Amino acid sequence: MNDLKVFWRGIFDENPIFRLLLGMCPALAVSIAAGHGFGMGLAATAVLVASNILISLMRRVIPDSIRIPCYIVVIATFVTMVDLVMAAFVPALHEVLGIFIPLIVVNCIILQRAEAFAAKNGVWRSTLDGLGMGVGFTLALVLVSSIREILGSGTLFGIEVLWFWQSFEPMRIMVSPPGAFIVLGLLIGLINFLSMRKA
Amino acid sequence: MNQIAVIFFSAILINNFVLIRFLGICPFLGISQKIETAIGMSLAVIFVMTVASLATWIVQTYLLLPYDLVYLRTIVFILVIAVLVQFVEMVIQKSSPTLYQALGVYLPLITTNCAVLGVTILNLNEAYSLIEALVHGFAAAVGFGLAIVVFAGIRERLELAEIPEALQGFPIALIIAGLLSISFFGFQGLL
Repeated sequence: MNDLKVFWRGIFDENPIFRLLLGMCPALAVSIAAGHGFGMGLAATAVLVASNILISLMRRVIPDSIRIPCYIVVIATFVTMVDLVMAAFVPALHEVLGIFIPLIVVNCIILQRAEAFAAKNGVWRSTLDGLGMGVGFTLALVLVSSIREILGSGTLFGIEVLWFWQSFEPMRIMVSPPGAFIVLGLLIGLINFLSMRKA
Repeated sequence: MNQIAVIFFSAILINNFVLIRFLGICPFLGISQKIETAIGMSLAVIFVMTVASLATWIVQTYLLLPYDLVYLRTIVFILVIAVLVQFVEMVIQKSSPTLYQALGVYLPLITTNCAVLGVTILNLNEAYSLIEALVHGFAAAVGFGLAIVVFAGIRERLELAEIPEALQGFPIALIIAGLLSISFFGFQGLL
């Protein structure tokens, strides 16, 4: 597998949310508005890339029997850094994402990449893998949250997009918790349907 | 006393951890194929979340606050939870092999259940007292158990239903979770 493929598969073939079905909690919880989804995606990407690099560097040092606690401490350190940086520079976003920033620690996708890829591969490829998975995660979050924001409040990234549709009534259900489950379920169904048609 | 009751019922029904707060979605979707395994998982989670609420409250009050280390809470809490899960596993294995048989496989999985870390951080954010934190941890886990057992019951029936090929598995499970979430919305006016 060449380097480019390592990067691209995180975006399409092994998209964390639509294909691997990992990291669903933030995908459902913060996808109320496209901006929130984007911010969450960037935060997770930063942690994913940083922890992949460090774990890949330390892969010969970490004893096999205690590798999971080691990975968790590495990940938790980067999450704390991201948490503090966001609290200092983007306090408004930090406020709305709330406990889902510390909860990046237990986001399955990050531990899964550490275990399945960074622990077995070199630094350069682990960086690409983290970047690809992070971008795929961010794109998936933006897609889900854009749909919810357009249908639920008629805006996208806070800008009116349905101005031509005078009688549009925002669907409150889309910005409330049930909407998240239903939009994500239908989206995964649609993606399954499209890939079945192609096959 | 009134305050405790409010925390208890709101954590189970109004702010249900899985269906309204979206915490613990992975085990909710992953381990809800059969009612028995769902019950086993919920019992293990109830136990760990209650003890984790107690342990992190003690760490927070006597270690992090006096030494001004609150910024380390994520790292410390996840370690406390990981150690706790390991410890609980060993104790149960020694003291009650039957219970260990029932819960065994689910115990290690609980470390990465975001509901456990979530409840400890929520306890901290809400500045709960020890009793309130314990009740909140217990009730949140009961809410998790309620949701996962109801959901497993529906999914057992679903095996007999005819579902479009593209929606089989996860997609239909998410849509059903959405419908369940709508029904839990009905509890909003309770308190």
